[in-house]
Amino acid sequence: MSGKRPRSGLQLFASGLTLVVLLAAFLGPELLARDPLAQSVLTRLKGPSATHWLGTDQFGRDILVRILHGMRASLTISAVAVFTALAVGGTLGLVAAYYRGWTDRVLMRLMDMLFAFPVMLLAIGIIAMLGPGGGPTAIAIAVVYTPIFARLMRGPALVLVESDFVESARAVGASDARIIFRHILPNLASVILVQTSLLLSAAILVEASLSFLGLGTQPPRPSLGMMLAEGRNFLMLSPWSAIFSGLAILIVAFALNLLGDALRDALDPRLRGER
Amino acid sequence: MKLLASRLADLLVVLVGVSVITFLMIRLIPGDAVAIMLGANTEVTPEKIAELRARLGLDQPLVSQYFQWLGGVLSGDLGVSIWTRRPVSQEIGAHIRPTVQLAAMALVFGAGLAVPLGVLMARWRGNRMNALLQIGTVAGLTIPSFWLGIMMILLLSAVAPEAQVLGYVPFTEAPLESLKRLALPAFALALPILANLARLVRSAMLDALAQDYVRTARAKGVSEASVFFKHALRNALIPFVTSLGIMTGYLLGGAIVVEQVFAIPGLGRLVLGAIAERNYPLVQAVVLVVTVTFVGVNFLVDLLYAAIDPRVRP
Repeated sequence: MSGKRPRSGLQLFASGLTLVVLLAAFLGPELLARDPLAQSVLTRLKGPSATHWLGTDQFGRDILVRILHGMRASLTISAVAVFTALAVGGTLGLVAAYYRGWTDRVLMRLMDMLFAFPVMLLAIGIIAMLGPGGGPTAIAIAVVYTPIFARLMRGPALVLVESDFVESARAVGASDARIIFRHILPNLASVILVQTSLLLSAAILVEASLSFLGLGTQPPRPSLGMMLAEGRNFLMLSPWSAIFSGLAILIVAFALNLLGDALRDALDPRLRGER
Repeated sequence: MKLLASRLADLLVVLVGVSVITFLMIRLIPGDAVAIMLGANTEVTPEKIAELRARLGLDQPLVSQYFQWLGGVLSGDLGVSIWTRRPVSQEIGAHIRPTVQLAAMALVFGAGLAVPLGVLMARWRGNRMNALLQIGTVAGLTIPSFWLGIMMILLLSAVAPEAQVLGYVPFTEAPLESLKRLALPAFALALPILANLARLVRSAMLDALAQDYVRTARAKGVSEASVFFKHALRNALIPFVTSLGIMTGYLLGGAIVVEQVFAIPGLGRLVLGAIAERNYPLVQAVVLVVTVTFVGVNFLVDLLYAAIDPRVRP
């Protein structure tokens, strides 16, 4: 798309880092092929060493192996949540923009109501009712992000609905659904790409917060937030679990956020240059 | 006035929606909510289920349940905690101060530091500087505040082991000690909004500096400092003020998490305790109270925005 403009170092860095994170999360556990639940009484709370690169936790489990599995769990839960929110919220936003009038008013008012809740609080409320776990966490994050996607898609879609190609598609008798999904949606690809990346990053942090509070993935299955919460109990004895699990959350969220930023700079001509 | 009336109507619609969603939340519980609630603490018998159901008004039709609940809420009655039988409003009152103080201090830190930092950042330009600033602000945005808090505790225990960093001292008892005790958690909570707002101020400053009125001011011979602070900054602050409202939502939610790190007895402890003993009405009430606070703050920010931006003035 930005063929003439050379890719900036930042974009390369952001894409490379994201790629490394994804590979680590989805191939890492296979490559290391060690059991994240394997306990060993003899090697409890040890610092980094040649056999355990990032040390061991209070049950003698390898921190690196658990972090890789935790990253996979966090990314999976966040991705399911964000893509669900994109599908539901995005569709609602498009429908609101396309039909306008009452449809628009009613749909967007409903979204405003959901949007009125602080993200973390609504998520906690939903999980409180559904019971803790990875599934409820994904549902909670999906609900919380649905109005955000609806708003993000509605704005630019309102402009597209007015455009000539939608007019001509209508003139040749294309159905509403076809116009919405075949003609309008593809033109929103860059918005979707940028926002999905940014919201994935935010979802990673919400997921980590929830599992830090003990509301997300339940033990003994590894999750980054839970590892951090457990590691905190042994902070003065052996801080490694707390240090590295938090660092892993930071790296995943950082990579995705920087990628979103870099994509925005590349895809949005209005923002090119300064900033 | 017309503007105020339409804003008030919007506010009312949103508040009604919030109350309906919060009310319906309890319906998300899979299975028999009452049996699940009772199962957390006592033996479940059909009599006990019927008794609690009647006490919570769950034996009535949904719509009348809602209005009964809403009527209670509007008259300050948020229900009775199912285990302690203390009024929920009392439980919330006992826990809300640390949370609000923490969120407020974080807002002061974040917003207060963001303006000078953003202005300073607007002076650093050029490709390499832009990239560094982008990396820096994204890192600030994505550092998990609860991890930052834990790392600060770890660091402090090495540097100053005798420092008291956990817990809460009421502001009314010892104001200075109270502020000191919450300084670290407030900073941990504030960092993401500091990064966010500083970036916003920077780009708004750069936008403003490129405007015609700035060129006019320069042409008139207005001093560079005056151009920077009087003409550009004033306009750059408009988007800054608008986003303050949104930030309070993050701060109130984030405070609940950071409280856990620093052992602060706020709403976070209350709501997590309530979840553990499946005290659903209490969870519901906390969600409602915090959300209404958030909506109220946003409403005030909206009005403030109308007051400072002449273009929005009716």
